[in-house]
Amino acid sequence: MKPFAFERARDVDHALSLAASSPGARFLAGGTNILDLMKLEIEQPPRLIDVGRLPLAEISETASGGLRIGALATNTAVASDPRVRRRYPALARAILAGGSVQLRNKASVGGNLMQRTRCPYFMDAAKPCNKRLPGSGCSAMEGLSSTLALFGASEMCVAVSPSDMSVALAAFDAVAETVRADGSVQRRPVETLHRLPGEAPQVDTDLAPDELILAVELPPPPPGRQVWRKVRARASYTGAIASVAVAGDRVALGAVAARPWRARFTEAALADGASPAEAAGAELAHADGPESRKSLVRRLAADAIREAKEGAAS
Amino acid sequence: MSTVRDWAAPNPVTENRSGLIGKPVDRYEGRLKVTGTAAYAYEVETPAPPLYGHIVSSTLAKGRITAIDTSAAAAAPGVVLAWSHLNVPAQAARGTRLNPRSQRASNPALESDRVEHYGQSVVFILADTPENARAAGGLVRITYAAEDADLDFLSSLDLAGPAPGEEDARVGDFEAGYSASEVTVDDTWFSPLQNHAQMEPCATTAWWEGDKVVVHTSIQMVKGGQHALAETLGIPSDRVRLFTRYIGGGFGGKGQAYDDLTLAALAARESGRPVRVAYTRQQMFQATIHRPAVQMRVRLGADRSGRLNAMALEAVTHCARNAPFVEHAASFARNLYAAPHRLTGHRLVLLDIPHAGAMRAPGEAPGMLSLECAMDELAEKLGLDPIELRIRNEPEVDPDNAKPFSVRQLVRCMQEGAQQFGWSRRHPTPGAVRDGRWYVGMGMATAIRGNFLLPAKAGLRLTGDGLATLTQGMTDIGTGTYTILAQITGETLGLPLDQVRVELGDSDMPPAPGSGGQFGAATAGSAAYETAMVMRRRLSELAAGDPRSPLYGEDPTLMDFANGNIVLGNRSESLAALASRAGPEGVYVEGGISPAADARDWSQHTYGAQFAEVGVDSVTGEVRLRRMFGVFAAGRILNAKLAKSQITGGMIWGVGAALTESNPVDPRFGSFLHQDLGGYLAPVHADIVNLDAVLLDEADDKANPMGIKGVGELGICGAGAAIANAVYNACGVRLRDYPLTPDKVLAALEAKGL
Amino acid sequence: MTTIRVNGVDHAVDVDPRTSLLDLLRERLDLKGTKKGCDHGQCGACTVLVNGVRINACLSLAVMHDGDEVLTVEGLASGEVLHPVQQAFLTEDAFQCGYCTPGQICSAVGLLAEVAAGQPSEATADLDGPVTLTDAEIRERMSGNICRCSAYPQILAAVRRAAGAAA
Repeated sequence: MKPFAFERARDVDHALSLAASSPGARFLAGGTNILDLMKLEIEQPPRLIDVGRLPLAEISETASGGLRIGALATNTAVASDPRVRRRYPALARAILAGGSVQLRNKASVGGNLMQRTRCPYFMDAAKPCNKRLPGSGCSAMEGLSSTLALFGASEMCVAVSPSDMSVALAAFDAVAETVRADGSVQRRPVETLHRLPGEAPQVDTDLAPDELILAVELPPPPPGRQVWRKVRARASYTGAIASVAVAGDRVALGAVAARPWRARFTEAALADGASPAEAAGAELAHADGPESRKSLVRRLAADAIREAKEGAAS
Repeated sequence: MSTVRDWAAPNPVTENRSGLIGKPVDRYEGRLKVTGTAAYAYEVETPAPPLYGHIVSSTLAKGRITAIDTSAAAAAPGVVLAWSHLNVPAQAARGTRLNPRSQRASNPALESDRVEHYGQSVVFILADTPENARAAGGLVRITYAAEDADLDFLSSLDLAGPAPGEEDARVGDFEAGYSASEVTVDDTWFSPLQNHAQMEPCATTAWWEGDKVVVHTSIQMVKGGQHALAETLGIPSDRVRLFTRYIGGGFGGKGQAYDDLTLAALAARESGRPVRVAYTRQQMFQATIHRPAVQMRVRLGADRSGRLNAMALEAVTHCARNAPFVEHAASFARNLYAAPHRLTGHRLVLLDIPHAGAMRAPGEAPGMLSLECAMDELAEKLGLDPIELRIRNEPEVDPDNAKPFSVRQLVRCMQEGAQQFGWSRRHPTPGAVRDGRWYVGMGMATAIRGNFLLPAKAGLRLTGDGLATLTQGMTDIGTGTYTILAQITGETLGLPLDQVRVELGDSDMPPAPGSGGQFGAATAGSAAYETAMVMRRRLSELAAGDPRSPLYGEDPTLMDFANGNIVLGNRSESLAALASRAGPEGVYVEGGISPAADARDWSQHTYGAQFAEVGVDSVTGEVRLRRMFGVFAAGRILNAKLAKSQITGGMIWGVGAALTESNPVDPRFGSFLHQDLGGYLAPVHADIVNLDAVLLDEADDKANPMGIKGVGELGICGAGAAIANAVYNACGVRLRDYPLTPDKVLAALEAKGL
Repeated sequence: MTTIRVNGVDHAVDVDPRTSLLDLLRERLDLKGTKKGCDHGQCGACTVLVNGVRINACLSLAVMHDGDEVLTVEGLASGEVLHPVQQAFLTEDAFQCGYCTPGQICSAVGLLAEVAAGQPSEATADLDGPVTLTDAEIRERMSGNICRCSAYPQILAAVRRAAGAAA
């Protein structure tokens, strides 16, 4: 780990001014991702701004009947919240499918949204990787990892977002509220918070260096059943090969793109009365990748949509 | 030299009058482990504050270091020294031995500009803190000149040559027998490269006392480690004192010394300070040994009644170019089933990747993943139950050499297992059982693993406080060595367990071969038993010759030991009293065991039967264990609780081999795809559902004086095959490319139109 | 200066910001019971309880814990009397090599509190109902602690036994 300066933010303004005045500084909340990467020198921030004790962990009702989740609420706190469990069970289940209890006890909602890909070639500092070292090439494209993007990839990068939580958030049309040092507040849909790699895969999000996530807001849940499913090689404590969140008539796919992937073609097909299989196929028709992987995602999405319509197979 | 006949008479262990043998007592060192006070190699107290070493690994597979710049690292905060091949202190040339009797040769670190595999140590940093050492490592700049390398096993199969010093084992005329068979199976299986993934990374703490180095290191073989370090440093082995008291998992991967040991010793000498060095988790993957991949072609030919007429298992595997190792994946077949025409053998591809080596049940672990599934295929073709097929091919004598079995309860394992597991509820037609979106199926396989006895010694001291202390240059890698040695010593001397101490893992103690090949319990235990018998004779003679003893003048051969006393008729004396009269140090004896002269006249193995029930997700191809059960026969069991832990632990390794574990080599770089425990998927708790095992009553009187055998490796044997057979029974998909990950299962389901 | 209370003892340490909570415990406070298995939150061997909540000590900086109360495996027993979870691990033989054991034990202590607090897991069938300590719940909640010796069946039995002792 490279040496860095550590500073605990007294309040939000202090955190933002520190960020604005120190190029390359990073916010530190739970630390479960950035410290992992700093040990491997994949991240080398000269300064860490500890925002972990700022009063941003509250979960509260919104006027519109949704929930506002403070950015520093831990994964565990969100998944354990009775309102989340009752009204957004797909979100609770997505969170509970991620990492381990120990990680979820430390990881925050804001940090979860900021976590970086776990592509093995990104995680190995000795390998070419455009996301880590722009212009060095993409080792994953011709590599051995099978969990690659099916949507929105570029010639530069095929990495996927590892977040389970954000898949459910995207299905609920959640919005991330951020603030910058100049006091400007922005509201960004979680669905598009992350950039697609394009020509600059090293930039994960549109957030400015001095931009801090304050909260995630969930609109009221859509009517209808919610389903969360995650495919993985072992039964727990591992990332998704693919995942899906269905909330009423909305469908989001996980581990298939650099962002949680709202399956808009699927949703449109469903609105037109398509069967679950047809609707899933409508999205996958736009996918780019190995047939076997497309097939997995198609089957998974179709079955989750079917379950949302009919209930679990007995 | 003794013969097995000498072992036939009843003895204190086989008579087991106080019942310590077999008793499920708690782990001897358990209290230290549950309180976090057992000090592993990196954690031992040092005589002065330590310095911290960090190793920098090569990112090249094969070639030369053309330039190396450690100046920034050497000048970084807290750095004491930065070594590369240019300035590392002199070490003995690789492979040389100062002492021709050394068990291991010199194994120098940072020896030259040559790079022979990815992950090889290329720089060593010593600093005041772990943070400074590691950060300095990141400042090293190296330029490499790459050379052509052979890195990809499956695309290098045409480079396979004979395994050194081996010929194929041929019986009869396999080709003729196979082509004349009425029913045949001919398929090829692939078992991938796997990693040990011990929880404790390799680590050493070292300091010097004058011209003698003291090292605490995590190694399974005490003498092996001591000799390797002595030869590398070019000093006599009595100037190396090696301790390895607690080892955080070995599984074969710590059977040898790595560069942490050498560099810690060198750096401690150079700095004059104690030094701690540990591998990172990433280095554990890249810089220690692994189980190599194996491709196996199995051909079976049988008549319509299911009698095997021809059997071939041909294995191709790999090892590092300069570190010969053969994964003997075909050998077990020679002892398992009889067929008049047989062919088994191994081919080897030399690659420029990290070293292949022994990992839990080398040979059987990957090997049984093929043959035991081929038997399942054959059973289906014959319309036979898989157990019935195996019973019809159960040999009378060892098919390999016509030797009688010392004891073979394989059929009983299968039959009792079938009953307890509920095998009769298995639907023979694949895909017939559904539970919601899950296909459900059952599978079984046999287990076989050899039993060995190696020479070993032990020391035993009885002191005036009545305590018996057994000392042995042996290791406990979690296997239970401490505990069983205490039980054997206590039972043999008639002492309660709280009167017995066991000290292990010190090169100054009487030597034992260490932990490996599931020979540890039988070997170390037999030495402990023989030593305790020496103590009995010594104490009997002391009593008979001591006028102060109530047993004075009596025949020492008639004296008995019970409840802490030496006894003859109605007279007795406490061992404590006897020992205290013998002198301030009490009584010390040494003893040992050697294999019987005629031990090889019998076929000695451990056996088992594995049963698994799995669910296969019809949507995604995910496979999940639903339950697993095994019945095993492995001689007399010394501790029912610890033996079962060993067995079920092995079975769970089989679950990993079948479903999740694999580490492919990236042929562009020569590195492993997975370099951490997030990528390399060892089973987690949620993977293991309703898993249990039973050990049959057995005593193998040809094995050793106590009739015990090993259990550490048997549990993995056949376990993965039972799961693969269950997957087939569940959904009709016969996958021969391990592990059975969702992508492969789903592709096969789709190919069947499911 | 970072002040931290570990197993009831206050410490004030001047610590390198890079030092993980794990390395603070092991290298500075000489509490080596907490193990370093992977250093990346992928094995659970470093699990400790911070303010009563289990976390991976390797993925936390010591400086983040100013004012926190840390409980490690060394702080569980009361003198010679083992904590019920420690005793259950010993009785059920819920370990072999012992290296993951302190983390498993701290994890189990945390688990029992989480279940008592009604926190759900992936194994909780009804998120809207009460949480009961089924075998599936224990397995899932202990899945953040890898045991390569694979003592999982015995760990399950130990957690069940400890839960019974606590009830």
